[in-house]
Amino acid sequence: MNKKEMKLNEIEVWDGNTCSAQALRQVGVDVLSAYPITPSTGTVEGFTTLHANGYVDGDIIMVESEHAAMSGCIGAAAAGARTATATSSQGLALMIETLYQCSGMRLPVVLCLVTRALASPLNVNGDHSDLYLTRDCGWVSIYGKSPQEVYDMCICAFKIGEHKDVRLPVISAQDGFFTSHTAQNVRPLSDKQVADFVGVPTMVNSLLDFKNPVTYGVQTEEDWHFEHKAKQHNALMNSKKVIKEVFEEFAKISGRKYNIVETYNMDNADVVLVCIGSLFNTSKVVVDRLKKEGIEVGLVTPRVFRPFPLEELCEALQNAKIIVCLDKSSPGGSVGALYNEIAGALFNSKSKAILKDIICGLGGRDITLQDIENVCKEAMKDYKENNINPLQSFIGVRGPKLEFYNIKDAK
Amino acid sequence: MAKEREKIQREVPKLGGHSKPALINQGWDEVEAGAVVHTFEPNIEDTVNVQVEDRSYSPTSSMNKYVGDWRSVKPVYNSNICIDCQNCWVYCPDSSIISREQRMQGIDYNHCKGCGICADVCPTNPKSLVMFEEVTTIEEAINKWPQKEKRAKK
Repeated sequence: MNKKEMKLNEIEVWDGNTCSAQALRQVGVDVLSAYPITPSTGTVEGFTTLHANGYVDGDIIMVESEHAAMSGCIGAAAAGARTATATSSQGLALMIETLYQCSGMRLPVVLCLVTRALASPLNVNGDHSDLYLTRDCGWVSIYGKSPQEVYDMCICAFKIGEHKDVRLPVISAQDGFFTSHTAQNVRPLSDKQVADFVGVPTMVNSLLDFKNPVTYGVQTEEDWHFEHKAKQHNALMNSKKVIKEVFEEFAKISGRKYNIVETYNMDNADVVLVCIGSLFNTSKVVVDRLKKEGIEVGLVTPRVFRPFPLEELCEALQNAKIIVCLDKSSPGGSVGALYNEIAGALFNSKSKAILKDIICGLGGRDITLQDIENVCKEAMKDYKENNINPLQSFIGVRGPKLEFYNIKDAK
Repeated sequence: MAKEREKIQREVPKLGGHSKPALINQGWDEVEAGAVVHTFEPNIEDTVNVQVEDRSYSPTSSMNKYVGDWRSVKPVYNSNICIDCQNCWVYCPDSSIISREQRMQGIDYNHCKGCGICADVCPTNPKSLVMFEEVTTIEEAINKWPQKEKRAKK
């Protein structure tokens, strides 16, 4: 716990970035190594302000690039410090090489990712192209759909990553601008509650332990590399158990219960939308609205993006008749990542659901209530008429209808 | 000839050679998380006052590995000429010059990469460290040792 305590109100009005900054302060980050970039700037700016005002005992390293930012985190974490950074988009892209280094070295760094489109064309607004870029990098990845959730996930991220059975870096993600710059009511925990919850970081093979000198970042060729990557994957896959435990423990102190997969109105839903982030909250409004019209729409979101909750999603989607995956990223010549993974989750199951891929919201393009309502109604129509094709369509884009993939002899 | 060579080549302390065999065929469940490599096994408290050959380097420490396999030329040491100035010891980038009590002992060929800096900085005439082809034996090298060079008069 920091020497100087900050008294917080029961309810604070914070945007997503402030939530991250406050969470980083409360967990007692020893080293924050960052190169601020829109829209995650507020996280770093907020934390440095708290530091300047004496509320942070830890140190801040301002570096010359995101590659250096993550490298700084890796060094600090290897030394045994509780370490964090924040980034978005191009910054994350530059960080990619070191993201793999970090997870490979099994260092529990926390990255506050504020999602933003990848250039070109340059764009500062939110979509999930940067999140999707982290799919295979070996980090735990959890998502906060609102400022409150961002705050909670950021605190949980440290406890998950630093757990002795995990020892992996964690991405705590939120939607750029939609969440990061939208101030909402947030119920924070006290400094002491958070400090007690996360505890003191355990030193594992610390570089500063001179009695046990170690080397980090070794080279392994075909004779050793495979075993190390297998061990790393095993730890990531098994982290789900720890994530569940941490969420349960967090519910005890906060009263807010989180799940690996979050659902809404799934009991009688024929149409199910699968999405990530703040879009889930927007869609809730549509679900309630359509319920009054007698249309049952359910929502599913993987709160934990990695390790990918294949079993949980498969179970949650078993009774759906038509599933629409809303991918907020340019798919780059394939189906969207979410569609791809949901299809993989369902393929061996008894599900006979039609699976559709919607590409939407690129570069922060607004996805309105009307857009989602149209998607739901269209899906209902497709289900009734058994229209499987086309599999992929773009919504909210100007110009002629854009659709891809038609399967011959569809079910 | 063998006797003479013994005189020229001082006794080199044996480095490395951990009692445990090097790690082989470990499964993914056995390898160290994060591919972290421990320097010592067991740990030692004092690394300042204990000589390299007496430290308990772990089987995975590079001290126990032969890492000179890309060397094409090697330095050969001639103790008859050496003045124990320690220049080579100071400049060697791989700590491969072995010196004890300010007395040059020889070269650690397990770790020397053959860069030639030691021979370059050697101030004696002729040099007491000379680079030879890797395949040249020590005997051949000593027999081919260069003669003293005459300084050009000013």
